[in-house]
Amino acid sequence: MRLFLELLINGLSVGAVYALIALGFVIIFKATEVVNFAQGSLLFIGGFTISEFSDDFGFFPALLLGITVAAFGAVLIERILAIRSTQASVNTLAIVTIGVDIIIAAELVRRVGVDARTLRDPFGASTVNLGGVEVASSRVAAIVVAALLVSAFFLAFKYTKWGIAMRASAEDPEAAALMGIRRGRVSAIAWILAGLLATVAVVFLVAFPTPGLDGSVTRLALKAFPAAILGGLDSTGGAIIGGLLVGMAEQLALGYDNYLSFLGGGFGEIMPYVIMIIVLLVRPSGLFGTKDLARV
Amino acid sequence: MSSPITGTSPSAADAASNPPPDSEAGLDNRARAVAAAPSDPQRRSRRLQWILAGVVVLLLALFPIYQGGSLLYIGLTCMAAAVGAIGLTLLTGVTGQLSLAHAFFLAIGTYSYAYLSGEPGGQAVQYGGLGLHPVLGAIGGVLLAGVAGLLFSPIASRLRGIYLGVASLSLVLIGQHILFNWDTVTGGFNGRPASEFSLFGFGFSNDRPENLFVLDVPFGKNERLWYLFLVILVLACLFARNLLRSRPGRALQMVRDREVAASVMGVGVARYKAYAFVLSSLYAGLAGVMLALILRPTPESFGLVLSISYLAMIVIGGLGSVVGAVVGATFVTALPAIFQQYSDLFPFLAQPGTGGLDASTLAKFLYGGAVVVVLLVEPGGLGAVGRRFIATISGAARMTKRTVKSANPQDSPTTDSAPSQRDSPPQREAPDRASNQSDRDEEHR
Repeated sequence: MRLFLELLINGLSVGAVYALIALGFVIIFKATEVVNFAQGSLLFIGGFTISEFSDDFGFFPALLLGITVAAFGAVLIERILAIRSTQASVNTLAIVTIGVDIIIAAELVRRVGVDARTLRDPFGASTVNLGGVEVASSRVAAIVVAALLVSAFFLAFKYTKWGIAMRASAEDPEAAALMGIRRGRVSAIAWILAGLLATVAVVFLVAFPTPGLDGSVTRLALKAFPAAILGGLDSTGGAIIGGLLVGMAEQLALGYDNYLSFLGGGFGEIMPYVIMIIVLLVRPSGLFGTKDLARV
Repeated sequence: MSSPITGTSPSAADAASNPPPDSEAGLDNRARAVAAAPSDPQRRSRRLQWILAGVVVLLLALFPIYQGGSLLYIGLTCMAAAVGAIGLTLLTGVTGQLSLAHAFFLAIGTYSYAYLSGEPGGQAVQYGGLGLHPVLGAIGGVLLAGVAGLLFSPIASRLRGIYLGVASLSLVLIGQHILFNWDTVTGGFNGRPASEFSLFGFGFSNDRPENLFVLDVPFGKNERLWYLFLVILVLACLFARNLLRSRPGRALQMVRDREVAASVMGVGVARYKAYAFVLSSLYAGLAGVMLALILRPTPESFGLVLSISYLAMIVIGGLGSVVGAVVGATFVTALPAIFQQYSDLFPFLAQPGTGGLDASTLAKFLYGGAVVVVLLVEPGGLGAVGRRFIATISGAARMTKRTVKSANPQDSPTTDSAPSQRDSPPQREAPDRASNQSDRDEEHR
């Protein structure tokens, strides 16, 4: 039972981080119809910038800097995609982001090298005791921060001008443009937000108890894909639920690994993908995604 | 090694096989293109393409006489990759189904061959093997990959657009997990050797017969495999080219361009998507067997990176183009190998691990950049560039240029099919496109 509780809290925390990344995917997809395979690189850019500057400036200024750089990188990618976004299909734009991802990941892997870097986050290796369960404080902080960010975003979607503009242009791009909504600005803000979410996520993704930031961070970020897909690519709520689902399933499978040894060691690592396949078999557009209807 | 082996004719194959998936060119345009009788410049251009293809194949056939060693080996890896890339372009380029699962099907081909025709062995990890004849092993490898494609096709044909791309991603990761853990078949982390190939008692290895000389050149394993691979590659190209010009091939392209229109015309969309998936995995299985013949397979190498590099190949060569897939495969495969091999020619390259710009990073920059540039600037890829070049020197381009200019200068799919549309007034293109676009938008809602 103790183990179960511990895994549950860990799962919630990891899931919250996945949810943040997945939310970035979904925001971009809703605003621009681009599936951003370079999300892992955005994470990497943010994390790398923090690790470069946190020694000299301290963590929080470095975090701000990281967010800025990641957001700048995101806008750069958005501008590149905008060259053809009106003519190209969804698949083509997705492949362009893969190309961008190859370049950024190659460069950052080369710069980081083989040693894992620490971001010098304020949580360090401390732990807190939650009802008899020892949990790393970074994990608890992840839950709190993610909850705050997610609620802030949902409020923004509902009430701010940008949120309304984004929902309008996701609903009907042409009508929105005719009503005077500047689609370029909507999509730029969406990418900036994705960069921000990615940078916040990477702080928790590589915090204690994981070894730190190295080349494998893009692989970790990949797990936000199943999260976004199984929630439904165009559903922000789905991204959150998908993230939590994926995180919990992964942590539980890793925790009870010895019961799952007939499936091979480390089955938890691929648990998110197994869940995704199963969900997609039953609901091809994800749990909360709008069904893709064709008019004949 | 660019080999326009499939001498695509501008009248039919260009219009049909080569526009990238975002091409909006209406189907009636295509039909007209097929119907248009080939005129003189076109015939000349087609003949030129066949001649060029023949010359390239001939040069490739002579290659082992002049070159041995590492260049020959790089060539072998390129040919294996080319076969796999043709398979992926049939699925992603022609049928429009984005797949990141190609590495998984390659792995099935490789390991099935290694298991079926290999001998049991291994020190740290014991692996099994059935010891069948290599030919049976190779056929088994191809077929098992096809079966895997068939098993995944119920998922593949249900999912639409980008959902398939991400779902196929999971196949690679799950597949790699299986490869690492099923070590009685795969040999686990360190992999296992595959047995050498032989056909009718002739070994594609260094023995049987030993000391084989052709024109005073020693013919060892790589030289012999070279000819085997060349034959396979030519056959693979011809098959894909003929498929594209056949009725099922047209149906596949229609599934890509307009699913609704395809099903209205009586094309079973789900069924054809499944066909494409199976066909592409058969090709991948074949490429996997070829890979098993030239290197020791390890699970590590069949990851997402491999899938993405195959995607890069077909994008760089031009989605949906068979020749393009071969060219792209050569570009992506040979580039890092050549940088590594001749690193002393590139003084700015650092040793791996020193933090400087090493060969594999530079190659990644180049092919990642090529993917972005190709898709944004010339979606037809290198294939389209080559075709235009051939059209220019054969004189078929004079009309083409004018047509293209007045039609839609920034849209290169039109450029591709332009030579065949010269009989129709170019202005027709614009309203067609506009209506297609708005139809498509409605469909999305």
